[in-house]
Amino acid sequence: MIRLLVGAIGLSVLATTNVLAADPVEISIGYLRRVAVKPTLSLVEQPAENDGVAGARLAIEDNNTTGKFLNQHFTLEEFRLKDGDDAANAAVALADRNIAFVITDLPADALLKAADAVRDRGAVLLNAGAIDDRLREEDCRANVIHAAPTRSMLADGVAQYLVWKQWKRWMLVVGSHEEDRRFAEALRRSATRFGAKIVQERVFEDTGGARRTDSGVTLIQRQMPVFTQQAPVYDVLVAADESEVFASYLPYRTWDPRPVAGSAGLVPKSWDAAQDQWGAVQMQNRFLKLNSRRMTALDMQAWTAARMIGEAASRVNSSDRKTVLDFLKGPDFSIAAFKGQRLTLRDWNLQLRQPILLVDGRMVVSVSPQEGFLHQVSELDTLGVDRPETKCKLQ
Amino acid sequence: MWRHCLVTGIAVWLAGTLPARAFIAYVSNEKGNTVSVIDTDKWAVTKTIKVGQRPRGIEFTRDGKFVLVAVGDDDTIQVIDATTQQVVDTLPSGPDPELFVQDAAGKILYVANENDNTVTVIDLEKRTRVGDIQVGVEPEGMAISPDGKILINTSETTNMAHFIDTATRQIVANVLVDARPRFAEFKRDGSELWVSSEIGGTVSVIDPGKRTVTGKITFSIPGMRREAIQPVGIGMTRDGKTAFIALGPANRIAIVDGASHLVTKYLLVGQRVWHMAFTPDEKYLLVTNGVSNDVSMIDVVAQKVIKTIQVGELPWGITIAQP
Repeated sequence: MIRLLVGAIGLSVLATTNVLAADPVEISIGYLRRVAVKPTLSLVEQPAENDGVAGARLAIEDNNTTGKFLNQHFTLEEFRLKDGDDAANAAVALADRNIAFVITDLPADALLKAADAVRDRGAVLLNAGAIDDRLREEDCRANVIHAAPTRSMLADGVAQYLVWKQWKRWMLVVGSHEEDRRFAEALRRSATRFGAKIVQERVFEDTGGARRTDSGVTLIQRQMPVFTQQAPVYDVLVAADESEVFASYLPYRTWDPRPVAGSAGLVPKSWDAAQDQWGAVQMQNRFLKLNSRRMTALDMQAWTAARMIGEAASRVNSSDRKTVLDFLKGPDFSIAAFKGQRLTLRDWNLQLRQPILLVDGRMVVSVSPQEGFLHQVSELDTLGVDRPETKCKLQ
Repeated sequence: MWRHCLVTGIAVWLAGTLPARAFIAYVSNEKGNTVSVIDTDKWAVTKTIKVGQRPRGIEFTRDGKFVLVAVGDDDTIQVIDATTQQVVDTLPSGPDPELFVQDAAGKILYVANENDNTVTVIDLEKRTRVGDIQVGVEPEGMAISPDGKILINTSETTNMAHFIDTATRQIVANVLVDARPRFAEFKRDGSELWVSSEIGGTVSVIDPGKRTVTGKITFSIPGMRREAIQPVGIGMTRDGKTAFIALGPANRIAIVDGASHLVTKYLLVGQRVWHMAFTPDEKYLLVTNGVSNDVSMIDVVAQKVIKTIQVGELPWGITIAQP
């Protein structure tokens, strides 16, 4: 750390005398992720092997295009955890190599372990993968910045649209896994906040079984209408199925002809391959050229995290971790991420404010916050847990 | 009011040395893939020209004979003959051209290519590509200094105004501005360069000699959230005393005092206002309103919106022939 600082000062002295002759200031960003294959119901949604990290790589290229004018050079140090590997040890190993900023795509518990392990070393994690609200609330950390949206932001994003559309009577179908229940909890909170009514809840039990079978959809076509019959009058079926067990089977198969939202149908996301507004086409093209595939929400969250560091380093014209971090956490920081407005950090829990896209798999249907959902500070704070409700005490 | 303006306008024509013809404005319609031609005598669209995919940046050539329009999704710039009002040729720009600028003689065209981080240099007489300059991520705004020596390009994701020496075609300075710089404009006397930052919500005032930001123009509209104020197009009167800045989804034009850099008035125009052009006599300013599909006409002296003209789908750029 001290060596880095001395190095930076040395370089800045050089920079004033002869910009071109000086070696660029090196800024290394870590990327820590668990290698896990998550089966999805839809084959087209099966994540690529480099899901997430591909976005960070593009951001490093973007940072370096800017960096060449400022004599800054960025690199990405990827670290993949296999089953049984400890996230804390990996984070410490990165921190010991003087990497001050580590982008993480880790489950909540592993993320907290890693954050606590490197706190004394002055390293900061940028959470690109975990949407758990508790990481920004009771389990918040002063050395974790969140580029990923929260579950409650996603739920509020879709809820605002359903309410704007006057689809206020919801039938909520919840999966039987823990994360499904958490998403359902966020949706219930949204319904209460925005004036929707959950007319009935049903649980879809995961009884196991393969995602794909040779017998195909015949059985599903019979199961889903039966599962959704005899419902009270409702406008929209809202599904909470982060585990990918049933939600994608619901559209077109409900007993009553009703739209589906939540984990299938109209889905809230931080990003989508179809997003083409606000200059996003250039970004999508750059991503496609670099990775030969389309950009996912996780790619975008990782891109944003790596760009946040690049943006802060360019504004302060320094690689010193404290200088960069102070700017990141300060009132002047904002980042442009092709969402039509600047994104800023909530200073009480270091969550990045961001619009939520509502996508149907082919198109971006709408972007929340919706018209008319007002807020005294930022309309983006109508999404997710707001300052007065927060349980976070940063330390 | 309207009749009064018209009468005054005619009086100026008769008194001045201007040819006794109306001004012609060309408006690019980003979604419609058309260019609307507005006759400023009738204040109405007299012709709609079909062009390529996603027309945005649009400018008359210096000799007034042609209108150049960047059709980004076709990766080219189309040339419209101003006499026949038909597309007659294309220019070899790089991929996804958006905005461009000509040198004073009208011989060299500099084009910002959003897709590959370059500025393309085109010989307008030979209509050939003669060079490329590597710049930051997503080049967009283009301006040339009044003495012709410095070309400015702004890059939207790098957030810089790049100063390029037109003789050597090398970058000689980079000035960091606020997020997503989209448009650059020099004062006619070369004393200031203004750069609008769409996401940052500011206009940076740069000293072209020192090549540093010396001031920032900020905007505040009661009842309007900060994020909705997104400055894009800039128009300055020739004397440098008054500037007009389009504020995008804030649906307003800010009128800014050229000396104090303070906003003196906000004019409500159509939805999502993008770019603008003065009539050659600087009596009127025409601004494009992307979402409401129209052009607002502003009386420059009275500082009032006096008319709205319906054009094509999602109007973006505008240019008016100089006599």
